[in-house]
Amino acid sequence: MSSHSVKVTINGVEYERDVDARKLLIHFVRDDLDLTGSHIGCDTGNCGACSMIVDGTLVKSCMMLAVQTDGATIETVEGLADGDKLSPLQQAFSDHHALQCGYCTPGMLMSATALLRENPTPSEEEIRKALQGNICRCTGYWNIFEAVKAAGR
Amino acid sequence: MLLREVEYAKPTSVADALALLAANDGARALAGGQTLLNVMKARAASPDMLVDLNGLEELKGIELAGDGTLTIGAMTTYTELMGSAEAKARPILAEVVGTIADVQVRNRGTVGGNCCANDPTNHLPPLMAAIGARFTIAGAGGEREVPAEDFFLGVYLTAVGPGELLTRIAIPAGKHDGFAAVTLGVDGTCICNAAASVNGGVRVALGCVDAVPVVVQPASADEAAVRDAVRGATLQPPSDVHASAEYRTHLAEVLAVRAARQAQERT
Repeated sequence: MSSHSVKVTINGVEYERDVDARKLLIHFVRDDLDLTGSHIGCDTGNCGACSMIVDGTLVKSCMMLAVQTDGATIETVEGLADGDKLSPLQQAFSDHHALQCGYCTPGMLMSATALLRENPTPSEEEIRKALQGNICRCTGYWNIFEAVKAAGR
Repeated sequence: MLLREVEYAKPTSVADALALLAANDGARALAGGQTLLNVMKARAASPDMLVDLNGLEELKGIELAGDGTLTIGAMTTYTELMGSAEAKARPILAEVVGTIADVQVRNRGTVGGNCCANDPTNHLPPLMAAIGARFTIAGAGGEREVPAEDFFLGVYLTAVGPGELLTRIAIPAGKHDGFAAVTLGVDGTCICNAAASVNGGVRVALGCVDAVPVVVQPASADEAAVRDAVRGATLQPPSDVHASAEYRTHLAEVLAVRAARQAQERT
């Protein structure tokens, strides 16, 4: 067994754990750290439900090893709200009915958060391109685009 | 998914990475991981050790020399290439990597990884073959430079041997390039693709039709000449669930024409 000590800061909280080299980041965050907001949809890098922001970069956390994040600062969906106060993007998702079953929502929110940081007023085309890696199996894309557009205004 | 047990090392120099790869038969370099980790999940490969290249600044960065040669570090991500002022010297590069998968994959996936994986459906092998890229490979005996036509050797196989690493890719000056693909969904996996370069002579490289990119050199970039050249290659592409061999042969010809037209018309 190849075990490595990993220290990460997730949503402002520092965690230090021994982690097996073969463990994917999503399993580390969900199973070892009990942060179950990020979802596992496909586990093959297609659906984007596990998207997180690692050191400022949007990634799919099933496509990275946990051991690779030693020293990293990670943002997950749990970090978006301030207590009970939703982030403007989360509020826009609620206002625009941008979630149906909600399974893809954690990933959608993280991808849209990354987009709005780089480009606070994206066009619809830019929103579509930015959310290309996130699949909504309810196919509720239209309201998601509307929510992101509204949050960007 | 739980991977098979694997050792992990994160060297801090290319020399250390080469030593680790040379000392362990079952070691494999881990670049962006956007192919390799899925391959490991599927148990299609089970390396004993992953040598993570993500700490190697030596393998990052893009430089533009006075003669127009672009040098791209193997660990440069697609996103970095898209944002590079230097890479605008050869616009096709950012255009093509901007159509690979999605933001998350482009943030992690690397130019070197795409070439070294040499999946026949990848975007960069035909592009690199068309534009005459040269690959620098480091090993215990030092560095050697390999032209694109000698780099891509077979399915998942390149000139990078055991104990070696691709360190950088040099691309000569030129900008009259084109690329065309038919994909599974927008920016999806290629069913067939073609890259063309009209800088002096005409070179067209066809992807997804053989184990390695098939390069043809039409007499001109005109449609008739390009069609003739592709027919002359007597392609025997594979049939699969996405396309029959006959359809792929048809696509190769059409996409070659589109890529050559884009290359010729680029101002």
